[in-house]
This record gives sequence, structure tokens and C-alpha cells, in this order.
Amino acid sequence: MELLNALVAFTNFVGVPAIAYGSQLAIGALGVTLVYSVLRFSNFAHGDTMAFGTMVTILFTWWFQSMGISFGPLPTALLALPLGIAVTMLLVLITDRTVYSFYREQKAKPVVFVMVSLGVMFMMNGLVRFIIGPGDQRFSDGERFIIKARAFKKMTGLDEGLAIKTSQGITVVTAIVVVALLFWFLNKTRTGKSMRAYSDNEDLALLSGINPERVVMYTWLIVATLATIAGVLYGLDKSFKPFTYFQLLLPIFASAIVGGLGSPIGAIAGGFIIAFSEVMITYAWKKVATYVLPESMAPDGLVQLLSTDYKFAVSFAILIIVLLFKPTGIFKGKSV
Amino acid sequence: MSDTVKHSLLFAFVGLLILLEGSTTFGGIFSGSWNSALVILNMGLISAIMALGVNLQWGFAGLFNVGIMGFTALGGLAVVLVSTNPTPGAFAAGGMGILMALVMGALTVVGAVAIYKFMKPGLARTLVLLAVLIVGFFVYRAIFDPSVEAVEAINPALEGNLGGLGLPVLLAWPAGGLLAAGAAWLIGKTALGLRSDYLAIATLGIAEIIISILKNEDWLSRGVKNVVGLPRPVPYEVDLQNDPSFVERAASFGLDPVEGSTIFVKLGYSILFTVVLLALLWMAQMALRSPWGRMMRAIRDNEVAAEAMGKDVTRRHLQIFVLGSAICGLAGAMMTTLDSQLTPGTYNPLRFTFLIWVMVIVGGSGNNFGAVLGGMLIWFFWIKVEPMGIELIKLLTTFMADDNWLKGHLIENASHMRLFTMGLILLLVLRFSPRGLIPEK
Repeated sequence: MELLNALVAFTNFVGVPAIAYGSQLAIGALGVTLVYSVLRFSNFAHGDTMAFGTMVTILFTWWFQSMGISFGPLPTALLALPLGIAVTMLLVLITDRTVYSFYREQKAKPVVFVMVSLGVMFMMNGLVRFIIGPGDQRFSDGERFIIKARAFKKMTGLDEGLAIKTSQGITVVTAIVVVALLFWFLNKTRTGKSMRAYSDNEDLALLSGINPERVVMYTWLIVATLATIAGVLYGLDKSFKPFTYFQLLLPIFASAIVGGLGSPIGAIAGGFIIAFSEVMITYAWKKVATYVLPESMAPDGLVQLLSTDYKFAVSFAILIIVLLFKPTGIFKGKSV
Repeated sequence: MSDTVKHSLLFAFVGLLILLEGSTTFGGIFSGSWNSALVILNMGLISAIMALGVNLQWGFAGLFNVGIMGFTALGGLAVVLVSTNPTPGAFAAGGMGILMALVMGALTVVGAVAIYKFMKPGLARTLVLLAVLIVGFFVYRAIFDPSVEAVEAINPALEGNLGGLGLPVLLAWPAGGLLAAGAAWLIGKTALGLRSDYLAIATLGIAEIIISILKNEDWLSRGVKNVVGLPRPVPYEVDLQNDPSFVERAASFGLDPVEGSTIFVKLGYSILFTVVLLALLWMAQMALRSPWGRMMRAIRDNEVAAEAMGKDVTRRHLQIFVLGSAICGLAGAMMTTLDSQLTPGTYNPLRFTFLIWVMVIVGGSGNNFGAVLGGMLIWFFWIKVEPMGIELIKLLTTFMADDNWLKGHLIENASHMRLFTMGLILLLVLRFSPRGLIPEK
């Protein structure tokens, strides 16, 4: 029984939150990786694209709520999500037309693109703060929990409760669907194949008649979709605040790089590696340890390896360690 | 118009903006206060120094460092470590233990590196490595935690940290540079082998790590409780106001003692900062024109060719990474001295990393005068875009009723246009004048 309790405590405080957070990071990192492999630069504006998509979704959610539209037990934000994606697609395409296409024609160096994306990052960040303000926005509604801790205890007769939030359940289901769709698209459809061909060898792809502008456009459309979904899932799970989204850039980059920039599987693996290590290293293990160890050896302190404020530090420490041993990530990403 | 005239005019324009700030209240944009003009000037000078440091790395050597915030913060930490008084009893309570723990931690890392290097790859190496790391970590925590607790228990409302050496604050400036240089050396040793994007993201992450250490290690920097009341290299306003000869002199300029003393203090800072800036600018110019500078630019423009010519690219990169970071550390120490407080919670990459990048690009990367101009000009706009934006929105919304929700919302949020404008400026410069206002020769 004690071991079972320990397992439940672990699932409740580490497993479930880390899987949800890892899915959010993975979808974010997929967007970064796609831009890197097709457009060949690290997009610093990705966090703020996520913030923009989430903001639009929030505004539509509020509008729906004011009209009394709801999605039953599910959050209304899911209904608003397609609209959020559509507006973000528009913004991203406008950005590409007005900003990035110029440098593509010039065949500018990747580092120039990175600089340009810094400018885009500033502008999007300012835009989001201008429209919705810098404060915290909550927009989740519907049922809060799938399983409540007390109901779980009653059901199983264990001392430890297990709670799963609706947002966590939605995150995981959405992530599986999104990843499956993306891999189907990349591997089975004509456009997806031409995207991969373009990313593998630009010259060869051009020779075989692939239209680069189409590839670029589809990439941005997918990136806008992924960014908005990741942003909305994160916002439903935690809360929405422009600065937090800007900071999400750090673990997302870490995920994409740990997995290997340009590798979609790497991005997913990276997301979970970063999420699990962040949660596990900053979790106070006292509860789990008390269940597992005999009473005489029960720990006095919290048994926390690092304080929770170190979570960004953890993702980067992992990033740096991985880069030292595998300079292009675990799944052998590409380098420009 | 010759280049020299054009560049002098650009600098004169910045000077004019600052004079306008001090003398007029035109259009609600300028504040008409000399105090405010000097505040902008002082931070502009510090920004110019940071931009010089970044220009050294990017403009000279093409190193993409987005960890400026970390080095700036280390400079700030140096002010606390050098100039504050040691906390009575803190060193005896836990200082020794903390030092021992840090040495232990360093030995663990060195040991792990040695094992990785000298043992044959295989399961045995992995196991030994893991054992050393895990045992090392627990021994480190066993020595570290009680010592930290002992130090942080000492008068936590005011102290709770080890304190500093109690030396004159001006010594903290070079110390800030040294501290940043040391960190840069460590980072460079590990990260400079990476390619440009990877290097950028690694430096971004390291800066974030440095900030979280400053925020959390209370024994070192009091964390988010901040260290306030740091000593300063210029007199205090109160002392000046109580000094009859100063009051008399202020009166002869037509100033009352309070205004006179605040202006006097700020001018004092301006002079100190200008001296540092000019010295660094002179050194940077000498470096740019020397064979060393030419070698740097050759490496930047074509790494492969430079390597083929027998230049040790990695070594040179490390050298300039350390130098540029040291300058950022120096500027960080100066900034903390100007604020007389260290507030680790306020360091954020938008302001302390990316804004500096805007300065370097707008001013003209590869040109030291460009970096200085960019630093001062962009700082002015960073401060003034807010009132400008509010005035603009007011103008645009004059046709709306005063109780219109949209008007209220727009005016309330106009200040956030600051980031938007900075992005716009950066994009416009990158598009239409990619070499900046004062291009590299």
C-alpha cells in the first residue's frame, strides 16, 4: 500500500504536471524546429507569436462568453481556438511578406534573420501588451477537474489523492492529435513531402520544381497553428501573461535544441526531457520519500534538489550539458 | 558633406535632445527639468558603454552574445561584494562553510571532467561519473545548507548576507569588470565552440541562470529582498544642503539648495561616467586600428580563411568574448552604483539584452562611435517614446468622446508602445540602413 501511495503522490505532483507541461513545450518546440529547418533561422519571436495567438483566442472567448455561448464541461476557449489560429496565420503571413521575404531574396545570413526576428519579437510583444495589457488574464471555464483528489481516494481507498485538471487532460489529448496530424501531413501529403525535401536540400528541391514560396507559406501557416495551440493550452493550464510567454521562449528553445534543431521527433522528446527534469529537480520529494523509506529513515527536510525559482536554470543547464556532448542535440539536428 | 561633419551632427543632435529635455516642455514630450535631463544623460552614458562592449563582440568579431543581462548583473553584484560592509558575525557563522562547499562543488566538477577525459568510454566510466557527481552533490549540500542557513539567520530584515569588503565603491567598477570577465571565460571555454545560433541561445540561458542565482542565493545578494543604500562616489544631497558654502554657490547660479544639490550630484556622476566612456572609447579605437583589430575583422569576415592563415580562431574569440563581457560588467557596476541598490528581480532580457542590441545595430555595428551614438540615442527614445506615444494617441483620439472605453483603453496602454516602437526602429534600420547610422569604415 505504501508503495502504491508513493506512486500516486509521484503521479499527482510530478507525472501529470510534467506530461502536460511537456506536451505544451513539445508543440512550441515543433514550431521553432519547423522554422529552423525550412527557413533556417532561430525564431526569437516564437514566444510572442504564441502570446499573440493566445490573446486573440482569449478575446474571442470573452466575446463568446458575453453572448452566453459555452462548450459544456469543456473550456469555451476551444471554440475560439480556430478563430485565434486564423488571425495568427494572417499576422504571421503579413510579417513574412513585409519583413522576412526581403531577406530571403537577399539570401541574407542566418544571423541576420535572427536579428530581424528580434525586431519582430519586440513589435509583437508591444502589440500584445498594447491590446490586452501586461497583467494576468484568466479565461478558462467549464469543469475544472476530470478526477478530484477526494473522489480518487474514495474510489481506491488510498491515503494519497490524485487530481487531474481538465486543462491537463485536454493538453495531452490535443498534443497527441496535433502531433499525429503533423506527422501525417509531413510524411504523406504532397505539400508535406515538398517541405521536407526543401528542408533537406534546398537546391535539389528547387531543381525538382518545388515552389519555395509555397513551402515557406505552408510552414508559416503550420507554425502559426502550432504556436496558437501551444499558447492556448499553456494559458488554460496556468494563466496568460505576456511576459511569461516571452520567457517561455527559453524552455522551448532548450527543448528544440536538446532534441536537435530541425528534428520534429527531437522537439517532442526534448519537450518532455526538459519538462520532466524541471519538475523533478524542483519538486520537494519529502512526501514520496516518506512513503517509500522505513519510518526511521524518513527525511527531515523537503528533499528538494533546487528551489522552484531555478526552473529556467535547470532547462538551460541541461541544454548546455547536452550541447557539450552532442553539439547538435540528441537526435542529430542540422546546423546551418 | 563629409563623414566627420555628418557624424558630429548626429552627436550634436543627441546633445540637443538632452538640452531640450532640460529647458523646454514642448508638446508634453520634454519635461523641462535639468534633473530629468541629467538622469537620461547618465543612463545614456552607461548604455553607450554597454553598447561598446557588445560592439566589440559583434562588430569586431561577429560573436552573437545575447547574455548581456547576466554580465551586467554580475557587475552589480560586484558592487555589493566590494563596497558594502561585512555583516558582523556572518563570516564566522557560515562564510567558511559556504566557501568550503563551493570548493567542494568545483572539485566535483573538475573530478567529473577528469574522469570523462581519462577513463575509457563504457559502462564503467558512466557509473563512476554518476557516482562522483551524486556523492559530490550531496556532500556539497550537506556543507552548504547549514552554512547558508546560519548566514541568512543574521538580522534578515537588513542583512542576512555575507556583505562585502567595505572598500571604496569606485574599486567595485573594475571588480565588476573582472567578475564578468571570469564568468565570460568559463562560459567561453564551454560554449564558444558552438555555432552562432546555438551560441546565442546558450548565452541567453546562461544569463538567465546568473539572474536566478542572484534572485535565490540570499547569502550572496539578499536575493529579491534587494541590497539598498550602497555607498556612492559622490557627496550626498543632504550634506550639500547643510554646507553653507555650497548653498551660497548654488544661489549665485539662481538655484535653491535642494535643486542645486540634486543637479550637482548627478553632474558628478555624469563626469565620472564620461571619463570612463572616453577612456574605453579611446582603447576601443586603438584596438580597432591595431593589427589585432584587423585580425579580428578578418576572422569575422571569413573564419575559414583566417584559420588557414594560421590564426587561432577559438582563442581570439575567447579573448574578445571576455573583453566585451568585462566592459558590460563594468557598465553594470556603474549602473548599480548610480541606483545605489542591487535589485536582482528587475533584470529582464528585453531591457538589458535586447535593447542593447538595438543600440548597437542602430548606431552602426563595427564602429565604436556608432555604438556610443546608438546607446545614447536609443536610450533617449526608450525614455521618451512613452510620453510621445501618449501625446500621439491623445491627438488621434481627439474626435472620440472622453468617456469612450476605447479611448480610455488606448491612452492607458499607450506606454506599451515603447516595445513596439523599438522593434519598429530595429526593423527599419535593418531594412533600409543595415550598417547603422555611423557605418563601419
